[in-house]
Amino acid sequence: MSATTPTTASQLLDNERFWRIFVWTVLLAGAVVMILPFLWLLSSSLKTELGVFRYPPEWIPDPPQFSNYFDAWTTRPFALYLRNTIVILLLNEIAVLVSASFCAYGFARIDFPGRNIWFAILLATVMLPGIVTMIPQFVIFSRIGWVNTILPLTVPFFFGGGAFNIFLLRQFFRTLPAELADAAYIDGASEITIYWRIMLPLAKPALATIAIFTFIGTWNDFMGPLLYLAKDPSKFTVALGLAMFRTAFAGRTRWDLLMAASTMMIIPVIFVFFVAQRYFIQGIAISGLKG
Amino acid sequence: MAVEAQGTRLPWPRTRRARRALTGYFFISPFILGFFLFFVGPALVAAWLTMFDWNMIRPPFFIGLGNIKKMFADDLFYQSLKVTAYFSLVSVPVGLVLSFFLALLMNFKTRSIAVFRTIFYLPSIVPAVANAVLWSFVLNTEFGLLNALLDSIGLPKIAWLQEPEWAMPAMILMSLWALGATMVIYLAGLQGIPQSLYEAAEIDGAGRWASLINVTIPLMSPVIFFNLIIGIIGSFQIFTAGFLITNGGPQHATLFYVLYIYRNGLQYFDMGYASLLAWVLFFLIFALTLLVFKYVGRYVYYEDVGS
Repeated sequence: MSATTPTTASQLLDNERFWRIFVWTVLLAGAVVMILPFLWLLSSSLKTELGVFRYPPEWIPDPPQFSNYFDAWTTRPFALYLRNTIVILLLNEIAVLVSASFCAYGFARIDFPGRNIWFAILLATVMLPGIVTMIPQFVIFSRIGWVNTILPLTVPFFFGGGAFNIFLLRQFFRTLPAELADAAYIDGASEITIYWRIMLPLAKPALATIAIFTFIGTWNDFMGPLLYLAKDPSKFTVALGLAMFRTAFAGRTRWDLLMAASTMMIIPVIFVFFVAQRYFIQGIAISGLKG
Repeated sequence: MAVEAQGTRLPWPRTRRARRALTGYFFISPFILGFFLFFVGPALVAAWLTMFDWNMIRPPFFIGLGNIKKMFADDLFYQSLKVTAYFSLVSVPVGLVLSFFLALLMNFKTRSIAVFRTIFYLPSIVPAVANAVLWSFVLNTEFGLLNALLDSIGLPKIAWLQEPEWAMPAMILMSLWALGATMVIYLAGLQGIPQSLYEAAEIDGAGRWASLINVTIPLMSPVIFFNLIIGIIGSFQIFTAGFLITNGGPQHATLFYVLYIYRNGLQYFDMGYASLLAWVLFFLIFALTLLVFKYVGRYVYYEDVGS
């Protein structure tokens, strides 16, 4: 390393002192930018109806209106929306975990003719935009009377549980040693027994990753409930309820209550993230690197 | 042994090969069924519908190429393409570069990496609806956070959601808030690059810049490519922000393509036309992906993995 004063940009980068300051400054500035909208959300959610219109904005509302959370929760039946969401959530978790792992086992551990072709199709469907089938699916589901039910939002997950999830689990199953199943084969166990009794318990970390992604996906989904549940307020999910909550107050926009409701919708996601951070990172590593 | 054991239990089919095929297809059958029921089937229905005028109440009326003619004469179709292309062309490259840059910096700060990673990642898992509600207030002209910040450094306030020329920059800004999702994928890739390569580069006299160009970027090119493809596909599907915050306005400045499909299908119930638009989107994304594979894919460096 030369100790001379740096002249070019690349020399400046190699200057240890400059480099460290540079990295810290950029990352800290970036972190502040990322956090600011969250702080704004939290701060606004604790203001009075008119306090949100104070300018310049005050960051720490005095006194904080914790009652906003209660008001937002009860102005619309969010408890009901939460219950509706949990029903869909539970069904989808079961569907995805069982169906995706079942298919993934076939792709990962059984060698059969045509497997590679079907795996290529699987990968292609990961890439294909789901939005393309939105309209014809709506047509079909309304023909068979599934509109205004949760069936369109849950039944498809029982058929493979999403190509991406199959892919992720298949990657995981392939890392497990083949000898694990050999003893069971000798004992005459069928593939189903091996899948259910031996492989599935070992796949717990990968299943946890998928469970988390399914939770986030279902909790955050807006398009699905908008298409199939928007006509019947008693069937709203939290996401749909929040979207409709925007216009709940004739002529006025109650930013204070909207911010409180949004905060409540974000909290479970952030909570799950912190509890299961390990699995998040794992899933990202598998999907990003081997994809 | 295993063969015999299974053979005694399952007399049919006779050969081991046929049995394995049967078992294999049995396991992947949910996927195959789902593929036909929820993808191929609907796609064929959509292809058929493109030739009809149908509002789901009257019987479908055959109009042949009528919907295609309508599309080519439809100003809003072109507008929605333009809007989506604008969003995609700016948000994807800017997002890719910015998140790569951040991941690079973060990769050097090994001790505080977890904290920064969390902070940068969190915005990307915020539910789309909560995100839209939050940002419609952040972007509020009089009382929003963004204008308060601009104002505090002496810049004029901008009517983000009322001026057609500012609505799209606002949407792009909003999408960049979620760049953490891309960033963590880069970060996982960066951590997979063996340290020995950097040490070798250093012995050869390479500085930070030189090892970035000669080691990091070539080795990261598959990950960059992956993020590019995912980014393009994702950007063409943006819907919620345009639907909830601006409802396509002002003056159709945020009429994203999917929003336009939604309107035709679920608001005007013009199912034939909406199906056509969906198929056009499919071909556009397909063609774009092929182009990217052809012209960008060749720059991707794939390591020869021994094992």
